[in-house]
Amino acid sequence: MTVLKPDNAAQVLEAVRWAVAEEQPLEIVGTGTKRGLGRPVQAAHTLDLSGLSGVVSYEPEELLLTVLPGTPMAEVTALLAGRGQEFAFEAPDHGPLLGLPGGGGTVGGVVSAGLAGPRRFKAGSARDHVLGLHAVSGRGESFKAGGKVVKNVTGYDLPKLLTGAYGTLGVLTELTIKVLPGPETARTLVLAGVAAADGIALMAAALGSSAEVSGAAWVPENLAFPGLPDRTPCAVLRLEGPAVSVAARMTHLRAMLDGRAAQAELAGEESAALWRAIRDVTPFAEDPDRLVWKLSVPPAEGARVLDRLLSACPGAKAFLDQGGGWIWLSLPAGDALAGAVRGAILAPEGFGGGGHATLVRAPEAVRASVPVFQPQPAGLAALSARIKAQFDPKGVLNPGRMTAGA
Amino acid sequence: MLMPKPDEAVLRNREALVARLERAVPGGVIGAEDARRAYDTDGLSMYRQLPLVVVLPRSTAEVAAALKVCKEMGVKVVPRGAGTGLSGGALPLADGIILGLSKLNRILDIDYDNRTVTVQPGVTNLGITHAVQHAGFYYAPDPSSQIACSIGGNVAENSGGVHCLKYGVTTNNILGIEFVTMDGEVVRLGGKHLDSEGYDLMGVLTGSEGLLGVVTEVTVRILQKPETARAVLLGFPSVEAGGETVAAIIAAGIIPGGMEMMDNPALNAAEDFVNAGYPRDAASLLIVELDGPMAEVDHLIERVEGIARGLGATYCRVSTSEEERAAFWAGRKAAFPAVGRIAADYMCMDGTIPRKELPRVLRRMTEMQDEFGLRVANVFHAGDGNLHPLILFDANNPGELERAEKFGAAILRLCVEVGGVLTGEHGVGIEKRDLMTDQFDAADLEQQIRLKCAFDPDHLLNPGKVFPVLHRCAELGRMVVHKGRMPFPDLPRF
Ligand SMILES: Cc1cc2nc3c(=O)[nH]c(=O)nc-3n(C[C@H](O)[C@H](O)[C@H](O)COP(=O)(O)OP(=O)(O)OC[C@H]3O[C@@H](n4cnc5c(N)ncnc54)[C@H](O)[C@@H]3O)c2cc1C
Repeated sequence: MTVLKPDNAAQVLEAVRWAVAEEQPLEIVGTGTKRGLGRPVQAAHTLDLSGLSGVVSYEPEELLLTVLPGTPMAEVTALLAGRGQEFAFEAPDHGPLLGLPGGGGTVGGVVSAGLAGPRRFKAGSARDHVLGLHAVSGRGESFKAGGKVVKNVTGYDLPKLLTGAYGTLGVLTELTIKVLPGPETARTLVLAGVAAADGIALMAAALGSSAEVSGAAWVPENLAFPGLPDRTPCAVLRLEGPAVSVAARMTHLRAMLDGRAAQAELAGEESAALWRAIRDVTPFAEDPDRLVWKLSVPPAEGARVLDRLLSACPGAKAFLDQGGGWIWLSLPAGDALAGAVRGAILAPEGFGGGGHATLVRAPEAVRASVPVFQPQPAGLAALSARIKAQFDPKGVLNPGRMTAGA
Repeated sequence: MLMPKPDEAVLRNREALVARLERAVPGGVIGAEDARRAYDTDGLSMYRQLPLVVVLPRSTAEVAAALKVCKEMGVKVVPRGAGTGLSGGALPLADGIILGLSKLNRILDIDYDNRTVTVQPGVTNLGITHAVQHAGFYYAPDPSSQIACSIGGNVAENSGGVHCLKYGVTTNNILGIEFVTMDGEVVRLGGKHLDSEGYDLMGVLTGSEGLLGVVTEVTVRILQKPETARAVLLGFPSVEAGGETVAAIIAAGIIPGGMEMMDNPALNAAEDFVNAGYPRDAASLLIVELDGPMAEVDHLIERVEGIARGLGATYCRVSTSEEERAAFWAGRKAAFPAVGRIAADYMCMDGTIPRKELPRVLRRMTEMQDEFGLRVANVFHAGDGNLHPLILFDANNPGELERAEKFGAAILRLCVEVGGVLTGEHGVGIEKRDLMTDQFDAADLEQQIRLKCAFDPDHLLNPGKVFPVLHRCAELGRMVVHKGRMPFPDLPRF
């Protein structure tokens, strides 16, 4: 077991070329905080990118940040906050969920895992913000893709392909990411005492209004979230923007939903703490032996899928984000129940159904034997395998991380 | 513009091809020359080429059947939506079929609970909004061609619009697609849920200019219309002051719904055309639109006005009614045809630059007007740095088209030189194909073509577009292996 720790892109290239020549697979890590995500990698050597750290350029007026991939997220968040900006995709801090301290992780890790937070449905995920990159392919060649401007359609959008590819297509050596002004204020409307199906209906009404909701979640009575009443299922809606705007939209939203549930409001740090807990899946961090799944389904089907999950998986607990479109599910330690979990997703029929489930937290042995990512139909799987072969013909980059044997 | 040499065997085999296509797409094959003629160009109309055959399928199954025939017979395929593309992406090939998607024009599903619309690719961009506007919804990306252009074409070009700074371009607004590979295999990605699983193939299909697959269905997200929108017209004595104002608005944390700039020649052409009330003497004109709740819009308009005046704006008018707002935009939206009236011909360029380089780029373009002996008018998606210089020329004057093309290439090279890119929204097509080597080096382009090889190893889907050189996939697959020592052995290991 060797750890290669390059200091610059040239050394990354040298390391990958060596791995290709010797047919020695590499596990690619930043600071290793997301090792628990995805399938365990089968590699004798580690390529540690934490040495490629630092801000190359930050131009707030151009909405652009260029960094080396090993730059700590904490450093970047603080830098952007200094100018009132942020990554609008609200990357979760999955450290505590995966049994590690919070505040860790690198920009390269966030991009490679394709993360997104509660604002996903409105502001997109990492893939919507990565504008350009430099990388070393598994062929041992450096290439760049995308650009350093916010609008660009020159050539294929390879930055999207590499974002969320868990390091299986290329080793990132530089990233240009779009940044945006952070919201001036945020307030949360709490709708207390609503079951999941009603919660989804309320969220759909809010999301289909002009209130510009930027967070819509539902939590059950058996999970504790900061700022919410005890043992009460609640739907929560976040409004962000200039204070005058948030006030006007809150009035509108409250009037629109009047009489459909008990209303309360959270503001300031209380509101922020709630959405951090939703983003980071904090209630599931507390019981580290339980398994955690994340499902993505059509939001309006969230309650039905949730019912099917709860009846098929004894001891399950779950909450909903994205207006019902994401189901965060926690299962008792043991079997991951992949068949039951994936079977709860409604089969595509007409224009309904469909979705996917990812096993987010489970012991390594489970992640090695259960498909962590949704198995793909044969044609799509073959196409994905051909793409992998074009970027990494010898399979030296994070083999097995996304699919067994590739 | 050099296109791949037509394959003589395919040309000779035309009759057999037509016969097989007629079986695959009954009643949807156009063979007669005068009927084919209607498809000989797209929005880049100085290039024309008669296609070998035109096929107009009515279903995904027919698209797949037509592609299978072409694959088996080694025939090239050029997908076509509405043919409004400005970079020649749908320019036919002499030895290839046009696969027109215009008959796949049904809206399949409207789902207000999930806030999605699912359509066939031939539905127009505006057709989506029309289908849902009675319920207050709309589809956000709004290219100026939205009456005519197809959603399939929007996906293929990753099209933008004047509202994309705040609401994103096509790729940020689609949730699912169905496409057919050159092998005739139907692949579905995403749906009404967020994120398609595995590699982000929807991300690379979007903007792939018809080279990776034929899009046969699209699921878009729709939004509720903002409560209100107001626009402010700002005139400046210099281009620099306009540019500084754009930067200052963004630095103040304001992301307007739209922020467009026109230079003096463009704003005058537009004013002549639609009488929008633009200040004719301004060196640059900004239209800034704020949308949202009334209270927010009023608040932000005031801030924008303050910023602009502080930076020397000499003209400032805020729209007080929907009609007035529409009038402000009418000039901008008609800028291309307006410029079309002051010149016999014009060519629309589409580079993106870092916004801070705007004064330098405009200065350089003014100098270049003398070098090339042609005039330029500029419209500019100012918020995101996407320039549309319109080069005015007269194709009837010998040599002027060639000069205009050289001028255009020089402008795009300038965009790359200052850190920008060749195209912000119109695509590479054939127009910018040979400039790709200015932005990308050989290794960058080879890796892009390798992606193509995973989808279409025989280069049958829209060849001759986007990439200046078509490497054979087998050659690109070969690897040079450098045997060597363990890298940088002097570094600490653990
Ligand atoms: C006056 C005018 C204004 C314009 N304004 C804008 C603007 O504001 N913003 C902007 O972004 N663009 C603009 N455009 C450019 C153009 O309208 C867009 O690129 C549009 O998306 C093209 O759509 P289309 O259906 O006409 O595609 P086509 O021109 O038919 O095709 C464009 C490309 O897409 C491919 N293609 C088409 N359909 C499919 C499919 N179903 N599957 C796979 N590939 C396909 C073709 O092969 C071709 O490469 C403008 C054009 C004009 C003429």
